[in-house]
Amino acid sequence: MSAQPLAESLVQSVDWLAVAPPTIAAAVGLVVLVADLFLPEARKPVLGWLSVAGLAVAALTLLPLLDGDHSTFCLNGAPRACSYTADHFTLVIQFLVLGGALLAALLSVTNLKDDERRVPPGEFWFLLLSSAAGAALLPASRDLATLIVALEVASLPAFALVGIRHGDKRSSEAALKFFLSSVTATAVSLMGISFVYASTGTLYLTQVAQRLTHVDGQLHTLAQAGVVLTLIGFAFKTAAVPFHFWVPDTYVGAPLPVAAYLSVVGKAVGFSGLILVTVVAFPSYADVWGPALAALAALTMTVGNVGALRQQATRAYSAVRLLAWSSVGQAGYLLVPIAAAGYAKDPQKAIGSTVAYALMYAAVNLGAFAVAALVGRNRALNRISDYRGLYATNPLTALLLAFFLLCLAGLPPGVIGLFAKVTVFSAAVDAGLGWLAVVMAVNVVIALFYYLQWTALLFRTPEGEPARHRAPAPLTAALALTGVLGVALSGAPQLVLRFAATGLF
Amino acid sequence: MIDINESVMQFLLAFVVVGPLLGAVAALLPAPPGLKGKSPEQAVLRHGVTVTGAILIAAIVLALGFDHAHASKMQATTDISWIPALDVRIHLGIDGISLPLVVLTALLTFLCALYSYFKPPAGGSPKAFVALLLLLESGTLASFAVLDLLLFFLAFEMVLIPMYFLIARWGGEGRTRAAWKFILFTLLGSVVMLLGLLLIGIKAGTFDMVALATDNGRSLTASVQVIAVLAIGLGLAVKTPMWPLHSWLPDAHTAAPTVGSVLLAGVLLKMGTYGFVRILLPIAPHGFHTFAPYLAAFAVVGIIYGSLACLALAKRGAKGDLKRLIAYSSVGHMGFVLLGIATMTPTGVNGALFANIAHGLITGLLFFLVGALKDRTGTTDLDTLAEETGAALYGKAPRLGGLLAFGAVASLGLPGLAGFWGEMLALFGAFKPAADLSRPAYLTFMAIGAFGTLLTAAYMLIVVRRVCMGGVEQEVPALADVRGYEFAAWTPLVALTVVAGLWPRALLGLTDPAVHQLLAGGHR
Repeated sequence: MSAQPLAESLVQSVDWLAVAPPTIAAAVGLVVLVADLFLPEARKPVLGWLSVAGLAVAALTLLPLLDGDHSTFCLNGAPRACSYTADHFTLVIQFLVLGGALLAALLSVTNLKDDERRVPPGEFWFLLLSSAAGAALLPASRDLATLIVALEVASLPAFALVGIRHGDKRSSEAALKFFLSSVTATAVSLMGISFVYASTGTLYLTQVAQRLTHVDGQLHTLAQAGVVLTLIGFAFKTAAVPFHFWVPDTYVGAPLPVAAYLSVVGKAVGFSGLILVTVVAFPSYADVWGPALAALAALTMTVGNVGALRQQATRAYSAVRLLAWSSVGQAGYLLVPIAAAGYAKDPQKAIGSTVAYALMYAAVNLGAFAVAALVGRNRALNRISDYRGLYATNPLTALLLAFFLLCLAGLPPGVIGLFAKVTVFSAAVDAGLGWLAVVMAVNVVIALFYYLQWTALLFRTPEGEPARHRAPAPLTAALALTGVLGVALSGAPQLVLRFAATGLF
Repeated sequence: MIDINESVMQFLLAFVVVGPLLGAVAALLPAPPGLKGKSPEQAVLRHGVTVTGAILIAAIVLALGFDHAHASKMQATTDISWIPALDVRIHLGIDGISLPLVVLTALLTFLCALYSYFKPPAGGSPKAFVALLLLLESGTLASFAVLDLLLFFLAFEMVLIPMYFLIARWGGEGRTRAAWKFILFTLLGSVVMLLGLLLIGIKAGTFDMVALATDNGRSLTASVQVIAVLAIGLGLAVKTPMWPLHSWLPDAHTAAPTVGSVLLAGVLLKMGTYGFVRILLPIAPHGFHTFAPYLAAFAVVGIIYGSLACLALAKRGAKGDLKRLIAYSSVGHMGFVLLGIATMTPTGVNGALFANIAHGLITGLLFFLVGALKDRTGTTDLDTLAEETGAALYGKAPRLGGLLAFGAVASLGLPGLAGFWGEMLALFGAFKPAADLSRPAYLTFMAIGAFGTLLTAAYMLIVVRRVCMGGVEQEVPALADVRGYEFAAWTPLVALTVVAGLWPRALLGLTDPAVHQLLAGGHR
C-alpha cells in the first residue's frame, strides 16, 4: 500500500512535452556532432540544414504547449514548487530564442560555405545548438541552480563560437575577452546566489520570494548583498553598462552570424534571467533593484548610443561595430520596463513591454545583420561607407535595410519600432519614472542620428564601381523572413504588443 | 451642401488618408503597361499628379458633403480598434476645424505635384521624389484627420523622414546641415510631446481625443495638466515654430527645394498650431490656462523678432536671401496664430485658424514665386537680384512682378485679402482675452503685435521696391514671364486668397461653431 506513494516521491514523472523545446535542440546538437564524424567532406552542408530543421522542429513543439500551464520537476507536497515551468512567459521567450537561433543558423549556412577552410562545420553547429538549448532552458527555469546551469549552457558554447575561426587572432582575442569577463560575472552571481540561499534556505524562486519577506534581521544585509550580486551576472549578459566593454570587440571578432546570434539570443538570455530573478524571486526587494536597474538602464542607453554615434563610417568593420554599440543602447531600452516593474503596481504589464520590445528588436536586428552578412560577402571590411549606393544595385535589400534601421530608430515607416518604444515609454511614465523617460527620449534622438545617417547613405549615388550583391538562398530566406515579419508587425502591432497588456506568468 | 451618404463620406476620408500611402508604394513599382508614358520619369511624375489629383477631388467632395449646419459635429467618422494593447484606435473624423486644413493640404500637394510634372526637381530620381511627396501628403492629411492621440503622434512623425529626404536630396546649398537640423529639432520636440500624450492617456484612461475633449480635463489633476501641457506644448511649439525654438526653420526653408518649402510652410507648420487647438485647448484647459500668458508673450516676441529679422535681411548690402526672408516672416505670422490661440477666446482662436489657412495660401504662393525667380535668375540673394537700382521685375517680367507684389501685400495683411482677417481677429481676441487671464498683459501684447504688423508692412514693401521696381537697362534680356503651368499652379492660390479676403464667412462659418464647442468643453 505504501510502496506506490514512496515510488512516486522518489521517481519523478517528467512531462516530456513540456521540456521538448530545449531537449530537441540539445539532442539535434548531439546528432550533428556524431554525424560529423561519419559524413564525407562534400556532404558537410547537410549538417547545416539538419540543424536548421532541428531548430524549426523545436520551435514547432511550442504549439501544443500554448495553453501555458505545463510544469515539471516539481517538489511534491505543499507548497508546490517546480524547477521547470512552461508558462506564457517561457513560451514567448523560447519562441524568441529558437526563432533567433534559426535565423542566425540561416545566416551561418552561407557564412560557413564562404569560410569553409577556417570554420569546422560539425563543431560549429553543435555549439550553436547547445547554446540555443541552454538559452531555451533559461526562461523555463524556476530555481536558482537551474537558472545558473542554463546560463552557463547558453554562454560556454558562445565563447567557443566567437573564437571558432582557425588562425584568426582577432577572433581568439575576442573569445578570451568574452570568456574571462563572463566567467567573472558568473562567479559573482554564484556568490550572490549562495548568500540568498544562506539567508532563505531554498533555491526555488517562488519560495525565495516568500521567505525573503521575513528574513532574520541579522541576515538582512546578507540577503540584500545576495540580491545585488545575483543581478550582476544577468546584467552582464544583457551587456548593460558597465558590463558592456566586451561587446564591440567580440562582435567584430566573431563570425557575423555569431554576432547576430549574440545580439539577439544572448540578450534574451540576459533579460529573461533578470526578469525571473527580479520579478519572481526578489519582488520584496524592489526598492533595491528598482532604482539600480533604472540607473543601469539610463547609463546603458546613453553609453551605447554615444558609442554608436562616434563610429566613423570609413573605419574597418564600422557597420558591425555600429550594430554592436546600438545593441548596447537597445539593451538600455529593454531594461527600462524591468526597472519600472520595481515601481509599478502591476509589474507583469511592465515586463510584457520588455518582451514585446525584445520581439520587435529580434526581428529587425537580425534583419539588419542579414543585410550586413550579404554586403560583407563582397566587402570583407564591412564599413558603413561600403553601403553607399546600395539602392542602385540592390534596391529591395536597400529598402529592407532602411526599414530595419528606421524600426530600430522608432520612426515611421517603421511603425512597429515606434509603437514598441511607445510601450516602453508608457511603462516608464506609468511607474512614475519621468526622469528615465526623458533620458530615453534624448537617447531616441541621438540614436536617430546614426541610424538615419546610415539610411541616407544607402540612397546616395554609388562611388566607383558598384558591386551587385548576389544573395544565396539561405540569406534570401532570412531576409524575406525578417522583412515579412517586420512589415506584418507594422501593420498589426497588436501581435507582439498584446504581451504588454496581459500578464505572462 | 450636397447630401452624401455617411458611409461614402467615411470611405472618402479613409481614402484621403490611405490613398497617398498606396500611391507612394505604387510609385516605387515599375509602371504597368499602358501607363509607361514617354519615359519612366515622365510616367512617375504623371502618377504623382494623378494620385494627388484624385485625393484633391476626394477632399473637395468631402467638403461638399460636409454638413455645414453642424460644423461642430465630427463627421465621416470611422472608429476601428487597431492595437488594443495600447488602446490605439483608428479613429478618423473631420469637423469645421480640420476640414479647411485637409482641403488646403490636398490642394497644395496637388499644385506641387503639378508644378513638378512640368519642372522636375533637380537632384535625385523623380521616382523617389514622388514617393516621398505622397508619403508626406499621407502623414499631413492623417494628422488632421485622426482623433486618437497616439495616431496623431504617428502621423506627426510620419512626415519627418520624407521631409528630411526632400531637403537632403533635392535641396540647395547647405542642405545636409539644414535637413539634420530640421529632423533633430522636430524629433526632440515630438518625443517630449509623446511623453505628455502618454501622461494624459494613462491618467485619463483613454487616448481618444473626442472622449478627452468631452471630459474637458475633469479627470486630470491640475499638476498632470500642467506637466502634460508643458511637454506637449514644447513639441508643438518646435513644429509651429514658436520663438525661440524656430532656429531650424530659416535653414530648412532656404535649403529646401521649391516644392519642399511650399509644403513645409503651407502645411507642416499647421500641424503644430492644429495640435494646440485640437489637443491642448479642450483636453487640458487648466494646464493651458497656466501657460497661456507665456505663450502669448513668446508669440509677440516672435512677431517682432521675425519682422526685425526680415527688415535686416531686406536692407541693402545685407546679403539677404529671399527664401530666408519669407521663412522669418513665417515666424512672425505664426506668432499671430499663437497669440490668437493663447487668448483662449472664440474670437482669438477663430482668428488663429483663419490666419493658419491664409498663411498656407499666401506663403505657399510666395515660395512658388521665389522658386520661379530663382529658376530664371539663378539666385535668391536680394543684393545680387536688385543690384544698384532694383531688379525691375515689373519691366522684365510684368506678370511675375505683379504676382510677387500681390503675394507681398497679401502677406502684410492688406484688408480685402486673406492675410487681414486672421491677424485682426487674433489682435481683437487679445483685446478681450478669456475672463480670468490678465487683461493688461494681453493689451500690451496686442499693442506690440499691432506694431508688428507695421514692421511687416515695412519689410514687405521694401522687398517689393527692391525686386519689382527699378530701372530697366536696354541691353538686358527680358526674363521669361509666367508660363502656362505656373499659371495653373498659382491661380488657385491667388483666387482663394482673394475669396477668403472678401468672403471670410465661408471659413469662419465653418470654424466658429467648432471653436465654441471646443472652448466650452468638447464635442457633442
